[in-house]
Amino acid sequence: MPKDDGIGASTKRREDTRFLTGNGKYTDDINLRGQTHVHFLRSDVAHGRIKGIDSSAAEAMDGVLRVFTAADFDSAGGIPCGWQVTDKHGQAMQEPKHPILAEGKVRHVGDPICAVVAETYAQARDAAEAIEVDIEELEPVIDMKAALGADAPKVHDDLTSNLCYDWGFVEENKDAVNAAFDSAAHVVSLELTNNRLVANPMEPRVAVGDYDPWGDSHTLYTTSQNPHVIRLLMGAFVLNIPEHKLRVVAPDVGGGFGSKIYHYAEEAFCTHAAKVLKRPVKWTSSRSEAFISDAHGRDHKTKIELALDADHNFTALRTETYANMGAYLSTFAPSIPTWLHGTLMAGNYKTPLIYVNVKAVFTNTVPVDAYRGAGRPEATFQIERLVDKAARELGVDPIELRRKNFIKPEEFPYQTPVAVVYDTGNYHATMDKMLELSDYAGFEARRAESAKHGKLRGFGIAHYIEACGIAPSNLVGQLGARAGLYESASVRVNATGSISVYTGSHSHGQGHETTFAQVVADMIGVDANSIEIHHGDTSNTPMGMGTYGSRSLAVGGSAIVKATNKVIDKAKKIAAHLLEAAPEDIELKDGKFSVAGTDKSVDWSGVTLAAYVPHNYPLEELEPGLEETAFYDPSNFTYPSGAYGCEIELDPETGKIDILRFIAADDFGNIVNPMIVEGQVHGGLAQGIGQALLENCVYDDQGQLLSGSYMDYTMPRADDMRGFTVDHSCVTPCTHNPLGVKGCGEAGAIGSPPAVVNAAIDALHRAGHTHVTHIDMPLTPSRVWAAING
Amino acid sequence: MYNFDFVKPGSVADAVAALAGEDAQPLSGGQTLIPSMKARLNAPETLVSLTGIPDLVGVCREGDALVIGAATTHAQVARDAAADFPGLAALAGQIGDPAVRNRGTIGGSLANNDPSACYPAAALGTGATIVTDRREIGADDYFQGMFATSLEEGEIITSVRLPIPQASAYAKFVQPASRFALTAAFVARYASGVRVAITGASENGVFRWAEAEAALSSDFRADAISGLSASAHEMIADLHGTAAYRAHLVGVMTRRAVAAAG
Ligand SMILES: Cc1cc2nc3c(=O)[nH]c(=O)nc-3n(C[C@H](O)[C@H](O)[C@H](O)COP(=O)(O)OP(=O)(O)OC[C@H]3O[C@@H](n4cnc5c(N)ncnc54)[C@H](O)[C@@H]3O)c2cc1C
Repeated sequence: MPKDDGIGASTKRREDTRFLTGNGKYTDDINLRGQTHVHFLRSDVAHGRIKGIDSSAAEAMDGVLRVFTAADFDSAGGIPCGWQVTDKHGQAMQEPKHPILAEGKVRHVGDPICAVVAETYAQARDAAEAIEVDIEELEPVIDMKAALGADAPKVHDDLTSNLCYDWGFVEENKDAVNAAFDSAAHVVSLELTNNRLVANPMEPRVAVGDYDPWGDSHTLYTTSQNPHVIRLLMGAFVLNIPEHKLRVVAPDVGGGFGSKIYHYAEEAFCTHAAKVLKRPVKWTSSRSEAFISDAHGRDHKTKIELALDADHNFTALRTETYANMGAYLSTFAPSIPTWLHGTLMAGNYKTPLIYVNVKAVFTNTVPVDAYRGAGRPEATFQIERLVDKAARELGVDPIELRRKNFIKPEEFPYQTPVAVVYDTGNYHATMDKMLELSDYAGFEARRAESAKHGKLRGFGIAHYIEACGIAPSNLVGQLGARAGLYESASVRVNATGSISVYTGSHSHGQGHETTFAQVVADMIGVDANSIEIHHGDTSNTPMGMGTYGSRSLAVGGSAIVKATNKVIDKAKKIAAHLLEAAPEDIELKDGKFSVAGTDKSVDWSGVTLAAYVPHNYPLEELEPGLEETAFYDPSNFTYPSGAYGCEIELDPETGKIDILRFIAADDFGNIVNPMIVEGQVHGGLAQGIGQALLENCVYDDQGQLLSGSYMDYTMPRADDMRGFTVDHSCVTPCTHNPLGVKGCGEAGAIGSPPAVVNAAIDALHRAGHTHVTHIDMPLTPSRVWAAING
Repeated sequence: MYNFDFVKPGSVADAVAALAGEDAQPLSGGQTLIPSMKARLNAPETLVSLTGIPDLVGVCREGDALVIGAATTHAQVARDAAADFPGLAALAGQIGDPAVRNRGTIGGSLANNDPSACYPAAALGTGATIVTDRREIGADDYFQGMFATSLEEGEIITSVRLPIPQASAYAKFVQPASRFALTAAFVARYASGVRVAITGASENGVFRWAEAEAALSSDFRADAISGLSASAHEMIADLHGTAAYRAHLVGVMTRRAVAAAG
């Protein structure tokens, strides 16, 4: 049995006390003396040329301090992109400038044109209405394929076209893949859309810029998943502020799902304006503003084809995808449809030949970047929809077709044809577990019962692979990343034995304060309550890359393990001195150091006190103090996988789908806190089911956002879910990180959409509606009804 | 939101007087008006609150009708109409969420006449009388299309008188995001015949489905209208459903309402 608060224990989340009692400290809770407020005047047209801005009336209004335009940022750089993709001809992607405030042109509804800073927010907003902006409207490009047309208007006049890049992966395999298709016994193909989503974290974005003229130093408080990344990007590329003069603090962050990874214009604005005005400048996004200024997610259009031999072995796979970049390149946008998507196209299968083509396209829409899963949901959706379709067309059981083509447990480590090496996995085990938990054998009886009430019941399956903890840094550098992807930790043991851990990861809801403390408590054998986790402030945490890609435990936790091991090694030397023994003979167990084979011991606090009050201490050999820092750069991704089952009832009269059961059998490697893992899966499933049935970000052909509020953008609600069966008992530990963990944050959102859609198609086919081979997400009642009756 | 003055009169007469002022507007539950003011789409100079007028709040039975004060919340109707008029109580209980039901009012809903709102279906489906500070308006004359009513400038609804049917039910198919009615049917059976009112579907707002009324008046069973279909002409088409889908739902929801009314 795990200790109450060690590895494996479902310790309650210590941070929840403050969150649930309304005592979390979020960025919007920060109010500085002399603070001013900014309101951004945003474009209400998708594409236009700015002919003139008259802000004189606004500047004369009560409380207005200044109206800023692009001209105020002449000396600043653009918002940088953190990843450069090289296209299939070896050329670098087209990379347009992303100004802080629009320069010459507006390129999407929501593009900021001017910023009004006033004493109060209401004054700033009133004044913004008095600004006259003369915009010559231009024809917008919204549809990706149309954007690539020869005479399509250009989003960026200085680029050659709206094509960001045309990527081929693996380009050298292309001919072999095509040849395999030519000689295939069966070819199955599918065209599908991965619907555009808006992340909608509960906490909207906020930025507070502060400037200290006496030290010429800046502080930015911001809603970020990775404050060090913001400090690096904004300091080095936008505002030219060296790190020692720039502190970035992300206090409690209320969800992000990727949308708070990126460096945004509003952060640079508040930081810069605070210096100009010599007063703090605060911006709090409204929910409406979030819809038109937070990076969106997904938005792919794909044609995918699978070749099979006569025995139904997969022989080749090829895809052509159009990926929407929006109007500008958000921080990691180019990497999502490429390195986080193409590399996963093998799925769980032994397909020997794969070719992935991705055309990234600029359109007059909000920038698109990573959203929970980022590239991997898109890959999984394509593969798992197509495998299901193949089974249907070949008249074979979709479970058996998958099993037949799965990589077998004894074949790991497995080199895929799309560059990555899966270290461990057992897909047969997760599939079996899911079928067992879902009472698949009883499905027919349940279906017959539904039929009596006029409802169509269906069961859908998906098996996913994902890659977490993107790494190693030298490899991602070759792939175009302009950042490292290590993580850092400092473990500071205090004199009385309490421990302060400083981590470069940053929680935005994941429970790091609990999980990380469990890891350290387990390693040293002390009470987790004597350990405090600090994160989110660049002034006291070592340079870290933050939280995304399910990397916090696998990468950040590994850095903590490394630093803790260094602490233990040193503590053992101190103990050896105190116990007059050799360090090699010292054992640490349950917070006590003892000499092997004797009853001589000293407890943890005896050693820590000696480290800081070094009266009896080997000062010639060892420095006083007990504090260590470690950086961990993984040698490979981790590869969680899992089988998802979804059982639905479909009302053929209205097209409405109800999810009756959802079973997730995941292999996350070792588990530190099962309760937190379960919560992460629940959240991921809710978002995946949201994508499959409810959420859709829709622009009209003029680039107006039709789903710009909760009146039209359907957020999943509690009553859309009937509870989930979540299992993570299938464990194949990761082989290359010290905890053997794989990451669980995104899995639910990756594996669930195809399971839901497969269930709907299954229900329709079992009821004889066999003409319906695919329905694009979200499967709203109206779409399902139209498919049945179409 | 822009600045505005706020008054909270204690009588209908004072409210009407206050509404005679420049750019004054009644405020009831505020569930529509306040969000539109926050979005700066509406900017009255003065808000005249109706919720402090005792005469405007309450549900009471008067003969064969239920009379509901204009400022009565949906939550109160769901509770207090349950015994006399369960079909109406059920409708009120399906509006929005608990927070909305505890503030939003029947008068505000009818004055606003959102094409997807629930109460207009009940008012038209019962042939209710809309009572104002100056006159009585029959439901058939009251609804004038999307967001349009026959209320005059400064006229306030004081109560609604709904004839209690022998049987009734409201069948609502929700728009997934807003959970207003994507298409909903209110069906009421009286000794004199059956009334069917449809909300959410038409570009002209709530309407009576005459063919269904005729068929159901002679045979009040869902099957009696299984052959009927509404025309997609002038039906709303948006992100959540095509005109054809809504026309189809008119039939489905009406049949479900009839089945539920029993
Ligand atoms: C999240 C949410 C979900 C909702 N879901 C639904 C739903 O499912 N179904 C549904 O039907 N509705 C729904 N609503 C609307 C809600 O039911 C309110 O009833 C409706 O917004 C108007 O009532 P109110 O009392 O809030 O009016 P207010 O917002 O106060 O006023 C609305 C309008 O009516 C005018 N007005 C108010 N009272 C009177 C009066 N006595 N005489 C003359 N004019 C008057 C006001 O000046 C204003 O123009 C929802 C609202 C929200 C916010």
